[in-house]
Formats: sequence, C-alpha cells, structure tokens
Amino acid sequence: MKKIIIAFAFTILPWLAFSQEKVEGTVVEAGGANALGLAGANVYWMDSQIGVVTNIDGKFSIPYKKEYNKLIISYVGYESDTLTVNTPKVVKHGLKPSNELDEVVVQQERDNIQKTYFSPQNTVTVNSAELLKAACCNLAESFETNPAIDVNLSDGLTGTKQIQMLGLTSPYLMITQENIPMVRGASQAYGLTFTPGTWIESIQITKGAGSVVNGYESISGQINTELVKPLTDSSVFINGYGNQNGRYELNTHFNKKLSEKWSTGLYIHGNKRTQKEDDNGDGFLDAPLADQINVMNRWQYQDAEKGWVSFFNVRFLNDEKQVGQVGFNPDTDRVDNNRRMFSQAEALASGEAELPILSEAEVWGSEINTRRFDTSLKLGYVFPELPFQSFGFQTAYSLHKQDSYFGYRTYDIDHESIYTNLLFNSIIGDTRNKFKTGLTFAYDGYDEMVTATDYSREDRSVGAFFEYSYENLEKVSLTAGLRVDNHNRLGTFVTPRFHIRYTPWEKGSLRGSFGRGKRAANIFAENQQLFASGREIKILNSGGDVYGLDPEDAWNYGVSFLQGFNFLNRKGDFTVDYYITDFKNQVVVDWENSQEVLFYNLEGSSTAKSFQVEVNYELLPRLNIRTAYKNYDITTDYQSGSLQKPLQAQHLFFANLEYQTKAKDNGSQWKFDYTLHRVGEKRLPDTSSNPIAYQLAATSSPYDQMNAQITKVFSNTFEVYVGGENLSNVQQDNPVLGADDPFGPNFDTTIIYAPIMGRMFYGGFRIKI
Amino acid sequence: MKTTILSIVMSLFTVVIFAQDKNKKMTFDVNGKCGMCKERIEEAALNVKGVKYASWDIPTHQLAVIMDERKTDPMKIKTALVAVGHDTKELKATEEAYESVHPCCRYREDNSDDGADH
Repeated sequence: MKKIIIAFAFTILPWLAFSQEKVEGTVVEAGGANALGLAGANVYWMDSQIGVVTNIDGKFSIPYKKEYNKLIISYVGYESDTLTVNTPKVVKHGLKPSNELDEVVVQQERDNIQKTYFSPQNTVTVNSAELLKAACCNLAESFETNPAIDVNLSDGLTGTKQIQMLGLTSPYLMITQENIPMVRGASQAYGLTFTPGTWIESIQITKGAGSVVNGYESISGQINTELVKPLTDSSVFINGYGNQNGRYELNTHFNKKLSEKWSTGLYIHGNKRTQKEDDNGDGFLDAPLADQINVMNRWQYQDAEKGWVSFFNVRFLNDEKQVGQVGFNPDTDRVDNNRRMFSQAEALASGEAELPILSEAEVWGSEINTRRFDTSLKLGYVFPELPFQSFGFQTAYSLHKQDSYFGYRTYDIDHESIYTNLLFNSIIGDTRNKFKTGLTFAYDGYDEMVTATDYSREDRSVGAFFEYSYENLEKVSLTAGLRVDNHNRLGTFVTPRFHIRYTPWEKGSLRGSFGRGKRAANIFAENQQLFASGREIKILNSGGDVYGLDPEDAWNYGVSFLQGFNFLNRKGDFTVDYYITDFKNQVVVDWENSQEVLFYNLEGSSTAKSFQVEVNYELLPRLNIRTAYKNYDITTDYQSGSLQKPLQAQHLFFANLEYQTKAKDNGSQWKFDYTLHRVGEKRLPDTSSNPIAYQLAATSSPYDQMNAQITKVFSNTFEVYVGGENLSNVQQDNPVLGADDPFGPNFDTTIIYAPIMGRMFYGGFRIKI
Repeated sequence: MKTTILSIVMSLFTVVIFAQDKNKKMTFDVNGKCGMCKERIEEAALNVKGVKYASWDIPTHQLAVIMDERKTDPMKIKTALVAVGHDTKELKATEEAYESVHPCCRYREDNSDDGADH
C-alpha cells in the first residue's frame, strides 16, 4: 500500500509542478461593454520577479504560484490596481484612466496621390480625396487629374471615355476590382462607366508588367480599384449631380454595422440624360440619351481574433443609351435588317458589302442596352499566431448582356464569366523573403452575333503561379513571378514577370521591370465604334483560334526613377520613366483605308515607347502643383507601311493646381482645383480615298483643354461643388464624317481627336452622415 | 518494483512537456525612439538565424518576434540587438555600439520619437 502511495505521489508530483497553473485574463479600459483591450499593460505579482505585458488585444497569461496572491496591473495614464487572486483563474479587469486628458488627435496629411519609395513595382495610389478634385461620374472619368493615364473619347457618338497607359488602349491594361479582373471581354468598351465614382475608395495604378497573381493578360499595366467598404464608409451618403447638358446623377450609400463581425452596405446609383444636345449642328446628338440603374449590395465579415475576413458582393446593372440623329425615334425609325440585299456574312465572304437600298427618309440611330449581373466572394484567413502567413480565395461570376444596333448593323453579345483564384502567402526563413503561390481557373462563354454572323466561343483556362519577393527596407527589393497557364485557345504558355527596386541614396528609388502578357483579342467588343461607320469589316484570317486570328503576345520593359526632395522647406518629388512594349504578335486594327476596317495579325514589328517626366511640388502652404510631360512613339507595321498610331498625340503636357484653405474645427473649408491638358498634334487615319468633301487633314492641330472645380465644404457632413469642363471651349468641327448621308459609304464616327462637347458647367452636393 | 518503474516513466513523461516550438512568439523591451531605430532593430533581429518575424513598436518599445526555438533563443537575439546599439532589459549596449547609431537615434539622451523631423 505504502509503495502504491509513494508511486502515486511520484507520478502526481511532476504533474503538479509542471501543470499549467496560470492566471489568464484581459485588461481593458473601464467603462463600456465592448471596451478595447489595453496593449502593453504591466501585470505582475507583488514582491516577485514575475511579470508579463498584455498583448495587442490586452490579453495576458501569468504563471500562478500559491505564495503569490496580489496581482498588480499598471498602465501609463491609468490608475494601477491590485487584485487579490487565490486560485488560478481567468480575470477581466477594467482600468480607470488616471487623469483624463483632453483628447489630442494628431493626423498626418496624406498626399492624394501616394508614390511608394520601397515597392519594387512602379505603383501610385490615388485616394478618394483626389477623385473628388474632378467630380467624376464614373471610373472612366476618374483619371482626368492623373498624368499616368490618358483619357480620350472612344467615338463620336456614345461619349464614352477610353483610357490609355503607356500609349496603349485599355484592352492592354488589366483592370481589376479588388483584385478580380473586371473590365474585359464584352464589357471592354463601356465597363469603366459601370463603376460609379462615389463607389471608389482608392485606385492603384501600376505601370509596366503587373503581378502574376492576377493573371497573364496585363501587358502595359494594371489598374486596381478598391470599392468603399461597409465597415468604413459613412453610414449614409447622398450625392446629387447635374450638368448643363442635362445629365443628372444620384448616388446613395447606406451602410450598417450589424454586429461585432458583420457589416453590410447598399449602394444605389442612377443617371439619366433626356435632353437632346446638338451644339455643333451636325444633326447628331453630341452626347447620348442615357439611363442607368446600378445597384450593389456588399457584406463584410471580419473576425480579427480568429483571422477571418470575407466580402460578398452582388450587383445588378441596367444601362441604356440612344445615339444618332436628333430626330431618331427608336420605335418607328429603326432600319430593318432584312432590307439589306444580303447578309453581312456573305458580304464579308465576297469581300464587298452591298449597302441597303434606302429611301431618303430614313433616320440614322443606334441603341446600346446592357444588363449585367455580378457576384463575387472573397475569403481571407490570416493565421492568428503567424501574421505573415495567410490564405486567400476569390471567386466571381458575371453575366453581361449587350443588345445593340448601329444604323442597320446589329451587334449582340452575351458574356458569361467565372473566375476563381486561390492564393497562399508565407515566408521562406524570415519575413524578408516572402512568397505567394496559388491556382487560377477562368471560364468565359461568349455568345456573339455581328449582324447575321455568329462568333460564339468558349474560353477555359487553368493556371498556377509562384511569386517570390525579397524586401529589406534598405537598399534593394525585388519581385520575381512566374505563371504557367493552359488555355483552350492560347495553348500552354509561361508568363514571367520581374521587378526590382534599388535605393542609391535617401528618397531616391530606381526601378526596373520586365514581363510578358498574352491575351485573346475580342476584336468587336473592343472596337465597337467601327459599327457606327460605313466601313466594311474585314478579317484577314490567319488560321488562328479567335476570329481566325492568333492571340496577342507582348513583352514590356521599363525603368523609372523617383526622387523626393525638400526645396525651401517644402516637399516635392520628381519622377522620370521610360517603358517599351514590344509586340511579338498583335491583332492590328487598321483604319488606314476609310472604306474599311481591317483586322490582321502583325507581320513585322509593333512597339510602343513611352517617356514621362513628372514634378510635384508644394509651392505654398496648401498650394500644390503637379506637372508632367509625356512623349509617345507608337509604331506599327501596317499593310500600308510603318506608321505612328492614329489619333495618338506624341507630345502631351499636363498641369494640375490645387489649393485648399485651412480647415476649421467643423471641417469647413474651400477647395480649388485647376487642370490643364495640352495635347499635341495627332496623326489622323488616311482619308484620301474619300471624296474631297469627306477628306480630313493628315494631322489634327494641337489644343489645350482646361477643367476647374470649386468645392465649398460647410461641415464634415455637407459640401457643395461647382465646376467647368473644357473651359477653353475646344471642339472638333466634324466629329461625324458624312453626317449628311449616314447610310452612305463615307459615314464615319470613329475619327475623334478633340472634345465634342463645348464648355460645360456642372454642380453637385454631398451629404455624409 | 513495477510501480516504481511506472512512476519513473511517468515523471519522465512530464518533463518532455517542454517541447521546442517552431513558431514561438515572444515580446521584449528594446530601447529606441524612431523609425530608423525600428529598421535597425528589426533588421538585427531578422539577421539572427531562426528569427522569422520581427516587429518593433515605436511608442511601446516592444519588440515582437516569432522564432524557431530549435535554432535560436532570446539571449541570442538580445545579443544581436545590443551589438547594433540598442539596450534591452537584461543586456546593455556597449558605449562603442551605442555610438554607432545615427545621431538622431540617441535614445539614452532623449527618448521621444522625433522621426517626423528627419
């Protein structure tokens, strides 16, 4: 028996000695049910050497021994407390602030456009304050004050703004919304106008090769848009806008925090133009009659303790546009397709299209109706114990239906898209060496009808990527990524991308990058302006898998140098960059014969070289100037020889001035903004085969375009703005070529080199609660 | 006899509880004052083999590390910190090492973060 007792004591003793006898708990600020934990509070046993510090959430765990019974909790700025603790247990203790000081809020002024000195990628972040400088209606118009992006009208009818980076149009840019590819495929032409300006929280613009994480399609750069989040956006936001040309907008946001972890937001946008504008008297509307309803609902889930974060979005959009002659009535004037002599397909086959026999009475008009449904889910998990390790999962589904006709041409496209991306982030050894790896799956189903020809197709791809990044905040950082994809039309291919940053001295940052991009060109969706012309559509089949054409394949190389400086005690920065995009294969869109538009694969070379110098400086307190000079050299081997890209200015100058008065305590202040775009001459597509009356000069003349805006902030909840666009009233004389005979062969609305609308004033208000 | 063996085995068992953690999280006090110190401290900690993560908080002077206990221990990290001139509770930097920090980082004279000025 004794033996047994001894044995038992032996076995139990060590258990006692090593058992987890602990006092655990949380230290919070006294008062308030869900008070914040106090991080860094000292917790120790009186008269002992044993003490711990609370962690970031105010939690602590301290070994318990019988000889201690007084636990002292102290924290700077709070009254220390002594608790009597006689057994290991869990405590929650609130500390009272010792002498409550008046609150002092120290806020650092953030620049509206933030340039990073440390990232290996040449990325600028544009925050919402910058976006308010030109009260933009939608994402397409959000780049007016940003020198990295050029904004042009895509055609003479729809008023759609097209963006360019490094001299290449948006199909070569990857546009993502919260890192999910967005404006692509069927939504390429108008997709940017489907994101209302007030929904945008910030925009990240990356020049040159992008990251492999988001796919293989980006060639000249990437634009990522972060939308407002239910948790951080105002609980109620109302914005109304109206302009001289009869465009009205209403934006409302409602956000609600439902619980500790759940928040939701409902965002409704509507815009309308019912007023017919024909300022230049050519008989055609200068801006479309439009009607858009756009509704989004977001759900946000956040559990910081367990490391989960999630977003769920649903959006529905209905957009209707009517363009064409002023007197056009869609119910009675639509020209029936069947009156054509034969179908477009036969015309394409025979290489010459017979135009429909029309009486003189027809009116030319066009309608573009789009309905779109989007839904996406993002799940993120950060390992609570390992802040450098995380999982991410994104999936998105969208259905896009566009039904449209342009005169006698119909164009209908339905695009169903599924995208999923699984991502794992971690480190190799320590946090200076990080990696991201994952899998991507994408499906695109196109149901496309051009007049009577069916171009439907399905694209499927699956890919894997790995990206390594080295970062020591000192001299060097780099990102090297590689992805391998298998695509049913593009085949199996490898996409490498590489970025490096070197800091030779303080506030200097030298960057270099190279990368490859590959994509299937959706020739009709990307060049919809061709339908509103008398041009014949010709595709020179090269036996490829997409419209009979081979995919586009390009390499991009770039260097940039950024130097921050202090001059007369004021901050400024200077950037210079040079990028080359070299196409190994391209789908060339050839406008050089005014009777036709040709699509063919590149034979020879096609390069886009872009050079930019930018200087930003604070001239006086709260008066900032931003200036940039850009030079583009974009040459492509067309069938008719090597030519500069048409409608592309080779020299551009940009300046933006902003001034703000000092904000009062309630936030009230004045803000003034002025932007100047000096656009050099552009080469116009060859029109020499047209009759004299329809011929244009070889180049357009340079012009200056100016915008300005004044914002009066009354308080943190209410502000009013008025502004003017195109203050110098520059207008292109003949945006519609052959307007006198719109069903004739010389009708053309594709040659747009200057604004169509003259000087235009607008106003609006914002209420934030 | 059997029971004695059993008890010995049992007591051995309990000692093994001190396993070595691959991702051990720790925090300790490190003196410093500004963003430059932060860079220097984190760099020094990460240069110790086995340290996976280091984050030094300027206001609280707390250095949070995640380390592989099989490869390193807190003393090794603290030795590395004093070598670049930053004091810890147990170890103090030599005068020579302290002199090596940037003049603006002299935390022993003035401990407030004046990083905004440089």
